Amino acid sequence: MDYVDEFRDPQDAKRLLKAVAALAERLGRTVRLMEVCGGHTHTIYRYGLERLLPESVEFVHGPGCPVCVIPMGRVDDAVHLASRPGVIFTTFGDMMRVPGTGGSLLQAQARGADIRFVYSPLDALKVARDNPDREVVFFAVGFETTAPSTAVTVARAAAFGLENFSVFCNHVTIAPPLRALLDGDDLALDGFIGPGHVATVVGARHFDFIPAEYGLPLVVTGFEPLDILQAVEMLLEQHVDGRRLVENQYARVVRPEGNRAALSLMGEVFAVRESFEWRGLGFIERSGYRLADAYARFDAEVRFDMPGVRVADPPACECGSVLKGLIKPWQCRVFGTGCTPENPIGTCMVSPEGACAAYYNFARV
Amino acid sequence: MTGNQNDGRAGGGQTASGVADGQTPGKTRRPTEAEVRARIEAARRRRPRLVDDAVTLAHGAGGKSSAALVETVFVAAFGRPGPELDDAALADVGGGRVAFSTDSYVVNPIRFPGGSLGDLAVNGTVNDLAVSGAIPKWLSAAFVIEEGFPVAELRAIAADMRAAADKAGVAIITGDTKVVPRGAADGLFVTTAGIGLVPAGRELGAGKVRVGDRLLVSGSIADHGMAVMMARGHLAIEAAIETDSRAVTGMVEALLEAAPEVRWMRDPTRGGLGTLANELAKACGLGVELDDSAIPVRPMVRGACDMLGIDPLYVANEGCFVAVVPGQAAPTALAAVRAAGGGDAALIGSIVSEPAGVVVVRNAFGGARLVDMLVGDPLPRIC
Repeated sequence: MDYVDEFRDPQDAKRLLKAVAALAERLGRTVRLMEVCGGHTHTIYRYGLERLLPESVEFVHGPGCPVCVIPMGRVDDAVHLASRPGVIFTTFGDMMRVPGTGGSLLQAQARGADIRFVYSPLDALKVARDNPDREVVFFAVGFETTAPSTAVTVARAAAFGLENFSVFCNHVTIAPPLRALLDGDDLALDGFIGPGHVATVVGARHFDFIPAEYGLPLVVTGFEPLDILQAVEMLLEQHVDGRRLVENQYARVVRPEGNRAALSLMGEVFAVRESFEWRGLGFIERSGYRLADAYARFDAEVRFDMPGVRVADPPACECGSVLKGLIKPWQCRVFGTGCTPENPIGTCMVSPEGACAAYYNFARV
Repeated sequence: MTGNQNDGRAGGGQTASGVADGQTPGKTRRPTEAEVRARIEAARRRRPRLVDDAVTLAHGAGGKSSAALVETVFVAAFGRPGPELDDAALADVGGGRVAFSTDSYVVNPIRFPGGSLGDLAVNGTVNDLAVSGAIPKWLSAAFVIEEGFPVAELRAIAADMRAAADKAGVAIITGDTKVVPRGAADGLFVTTAGIGLVPAGRELGAGKVRVGDRLLVSGSIADHGMAVMMARGHLAIEAAIETDSRAVTGMVEALLEAAPEVRWMRDPTRGGLGTLANELAKACGLGVELDDSAIPVRPMVRGACDMLGIDPLYVANEGCFVAVVPGQAAPTALAAVRAAGGGDAALIGSIVSEPAGVVVVRNAFGGARLVDMLVGDPLPRIC
């Protein structure tokens, strides 16, 4: 377990902070860097990095927290599925407290729904095998980070010939929302702290379109505090040198081509949806996955009647503007008063990776 | 305060303005960061509200929701015994003082590395008494048993309780047994209550805490919670982590002898060190500043926490305590606890004047973060 300590070394941190300060001074202007992934947001606030960096370096929190981007209608669908008689609904813990129109999964559980936390979709499969007379549904959420494990699970369910297992698929893909953000004209950005875990699967090359089409640098980045500081240094260096490239700070894990086996299995099990709704970002074309036709029998949306109603986000909630990096979490009008981690209105306040929760939990000092 | 009427209802005036910092002149002014923090503090000072119409598991996790449930249901019904809701209550009895405490144990699984429901049921109540300054003496034990529970296992749990009681120097002198139909309980629930005697002259309380006092923890944190989580077997991680379950009486007595001016003590059980520090900050009205690199966490435990995205500050402990001691007594206090079996004991922080009522952790490279009370159960992050 000692491998993490070298990425938290105070001496190295001080050296990097000095280098960043020097680069920032040479640039002499504000640099706005979007960290795409919620894991980065969490590290930035948890280690107080924002306040250690020069004021001219600003973090803009992006749409990469998988819990945060799930729209309310999909939560309602999940609660509906979970509340069906005979269903065991399995989910990652994060999704339990996300509010739907008629309450969260946690509240549905208190009303009697059989909801179980799992740590991997394969655990959900085990629940299905152990309970052959029950319908077991897995609430699949997440980017390419978690999608491969869902794909493995569905393939294995098919191999076992399981009749009582299905997936409520909400997997999403990273490039379309980044394009949607960059195509909007609201956002002035100077570069990206690229999502390390997603890149493990899709490969660093997947992000070549960012410099090629939008003229911005991107550094694929790990999740320790020193990883992020080094990525900031690399992004500022690119600006000083006038380069615009995808660079890989997280080379100890990420390969340029990604994980071919995972990608090919995802290609077999999933099909890209025409369009998928994102909280605050609206419908984005070809941004979500459903199960491929060959696996339709494992698709909860095919197997069960679903309300599938689109629900507008609560009017007070500004998660959309937070997810687009238009406002800081604390600039939302209900931040910390109407919307808190214990009684969240918006998704960004629920997940520990949500920008609002990260700010509320760590940065109010 | 800002006089901003615009909280809660957006009134449609908040479409993206095209200005990235949100400070568009002419539109409703957004408050500054400092104003927002002041508004949050005001909101937090309000009494906790219970908004749910059914009890959820979060109400039992030892964090904010638990506090709301206790305040709005039990304190509302029973009244408040003193200025603080402590784990043990003190009562005057014919010239002396007794400490009285109770706790229920519902841990699943019943056995986990390093301990069982049985020794937990004794140590937990013994420790609640010990950190109130009492010398634990007598326990009661009530058993709610699910129909079908193996007698051999019940015997083993009783033996664990006896062994733990002998070690802690307490006697289990009364009890009760109920059997409920299959499904009405999960195997075995045990409730213990305990009485301890407070030696004359011992006064502990958050009201005695002063700026400049130090925080001492008697051992590594987060062992118990992680050991139980591992023993549940849901995680694809195997790590040799054992519970820290043990009576802290010996360490507490050694500390009080070496440093009688100890101000306040408590054991960081459910909700962990983070929640304990918040309760302290709130009760004494001062700030608590923790030093991240000084908090003892075993490497294996830290590794498991990191992998699961769990903060060790919020993980339960069953065999350590936190004491606030005056600055000049801190070295003596630390040496005494270490000599009495707290090998990993450490001074982990200080009482500061500002920011009042909150807990801040400073890390080795100068960054600081707030530590709030636990919200909900600590759950693994998904990626």
